[in-house]
Amino acid sequence: MVVGMTLSTFLQQLINGLSLGSLYALIAIGYTMVYGILKLINFAHGDIFMMAAYFAYFGIAVFLLPWYVTFIITILLTMALGALIERTAYRPLREAPKTSLLISAIGVSFLLENLATYLFSGKPQAFPEFPAMTTPIFVGGISIQPVSVAIPIVAFVLMTAILFIINKTKVGMAMRAVSVDYDTAKLMGIKIDNVISSTFALGSGLAAVGALLWCMKYPSVLPLMGVVPGLKCFIAAVIGGIGNVKGAVIGGLILGFSEVLMVAFFPAMTGYRDAVAFIILIVILLFLPNGILGKKQVEKV
Amino acid sequence: MKNTQNSLGTYLKTHWKTVVFLIVVLIGIGIADQMVNSFVRRLLNLSAIYTIVALSMNLINGFTGQFSLGQAGFMAIGAYTVAIFTVPVGLRATIFYMAPMAPFLANIQLPFVVALLLGGVLTTIVAFLIGAPCLRLRGDYLAIATLGFSEIIRIVFTNTQTITNGALGIKSIPTISSLWWTFGTAIIIIIACFLLISSSYGRAFKSIREDEIAAEAMGVGLFKTKMTSFLISAFFTGIGGGLYAALLGTVDPKQFYFTLTYNFVLIIVLGGMGSISGTIISSFIVTLGQEALRFLDEPMAFGLDLPIFKPGLRMVVFSFLLMVVVLFYRKGLMGTNELTWDFIGQKYQSIKARFTKKAASTQGGDK
Repeated sequence: MVVGMTLSTFLQQLINGLSLGSLYALIAIGYTMVYGILKLINFAHGDIFMMAAYFAYFGIAVFLLPWYVTFIITILLTMALGALIERTAYRPLREAPKTSLLISAIGVSFLLENLATYLFSGKPQAFPEFPAMTTPIFVGGISIQPVSVAIPIVAFVLMTAILFIINKTKVGMAMRAVSVDYDTAKLMGIKIDNVISSTFALGSGLAAVGALLWCMKYPSVLPLMGVVPGLKCFIAAVIGGIGNVKGAVIGGLILGFSEVLMVAFFPAMTGYRDAVAFIILIVILLFLPNGILGKKQVEKV
Repeated sequence: MKNTQNSLGTYLKTHWKTVVFLIVVLIGIGIADQMVNSFVRRLLNLSAIYTIVALSMNLINGFTGQFSLGQAGFMAIGAYTVAIFTVPVGLRATIFYMAPMAPFLANIQLPFVVALLLGGVLTTIVAFLIGAPCLRLRGDYLAIATLGFSEIIRIVFTNTQTITNGALGIKSIPTISSLWWTFGTAIIIIIACFLLISSSYGRAFKSIREDEIAAEAMGVGLFKTKMTSFLISAFFTGIGGGLYAALLGTVDPKQFYFTLTYNFVLIIVLGGMGSISGTIISSFIVTLGQEALRFLDEPMAFGLDLPIFKPGLRMVVFSFLLMVVVLFYRKGLMGTNELTWDFIGQKYQSIKARFTKKAASTQGGDK
């Protein structure tokens, strides 16, 4: 079972877990922010992540733009896409029953997946390689891809920035106000629509960065690539306490570590890798339904 | 449905139209069963199976208001149960050529009906395990847990080589060709749903959909009622999955991708969340429509090489349709109405009024 697990391979797995967990955290923040404000599972978030990967693929491999230009364009386009989806698919349903909103989210997800299959074909495309990021370097007997170290650093910087925006800026204050009490915030003169749009743009921007880092680590782009990460990251947000940004980070890290370590300790279970998140979800829902950092929800009449 | 107490004669007197309609449908199926070619037969069978699964999805999503997205996974359980237990023992060695079938299963062969019901029961058990943690909580946890489950079940079936034959799937399942299996089951389930919805259970389901807190205050046990609806829904879906396996004659994990569930979402939204007859109509529309629009995926659709016709366009059209319905026609075809004789009468009156240009705006159809 734990045969041949030396300290150095264990450290290596820890770094892998940290980088995978940070990726999950980046995507999970988008889920948790939207849920905090609209109480909606944004099923399209995973597909926004997928679209970002395609934007980057087209920028570098088809239009042959330099990588830094592509990255900036990708992030901006994805933010615009997120805001556009909110504008067209969610805003008209603001007063509708919640089920309609949820179906609309499923519809957007279905549409993006089918559109991507139609436009870009269902075949996986090879994402351009970044040799500087993927050539392993050796530190004290451990071989590490630089990207595995870069991911947690980028993620940490962005999370700090997001927490700063939410806690210290005016738009962040508005977001918190809307998430605490939608109607009162409206009465206080907060422009709800703008706040919601910026929430979607921010969440989608993080998903875009996540997609860029993801594609450097796993260089393949396909229309359904966002589904499983999307599902897992929503679970990460639930683990940490839905609506709570720090919780989403913690949940993402827990998920990343447990996935990598399970495969490391029980190689025979590799096929069940994607099942880990689901099992954790069931356990969390049974014993800690509000998540690690979540507040207890009281339904008022 | 107060007539259940009365004698058969009074029942026939009040419901003679329905009885006549049912007889006409049964004769129609009988004639169709003799006449149609294998292509149409397969389409009709598929429509009936989609009706079963969509109806069961509408029971939990439309009538009880709990969002479940596990249809593909539940179907997979039913389908695999039928596949595993009905494949002839003699053929199993050739099907399971990568790794032999697990010894405790290898020699068990069940009649189709038994395997079908067993599939339903197994699906119900699995649904209980998912529902137990999720249905106690308010909110959308059921949606994400069921969607996650239907992804996991595919992973499990891909990895359990000696039971499900892994990614290769199971072939040579004895097929059903008569329309009676699928349409018979569909009619039984439709009638069961009508009786259920008009019973006190059905009213409890709808009260939860309308307002959970009010329902609880009126003495409806939330967890128990949601669970009842969820389990019945899962049982029917398992049956539908079993029929699906027997129709196709082969199962493999890729057939039960979550996009299959999205098909059923489209069907129940189009038909109307909370309408049995709407679901039946839209099951047929969507199934036949997906076949009729197959030309959209052909590059040479009109003899010209138009670049817009290429694989995938058909599904874009259908996902776009889902968006249009949910954004602009939120009630779907039927809303929460049923296609009763009174409803048809009202519609007929309102259309007639529109044509005689009298009060067209005031009687504009459904409320």
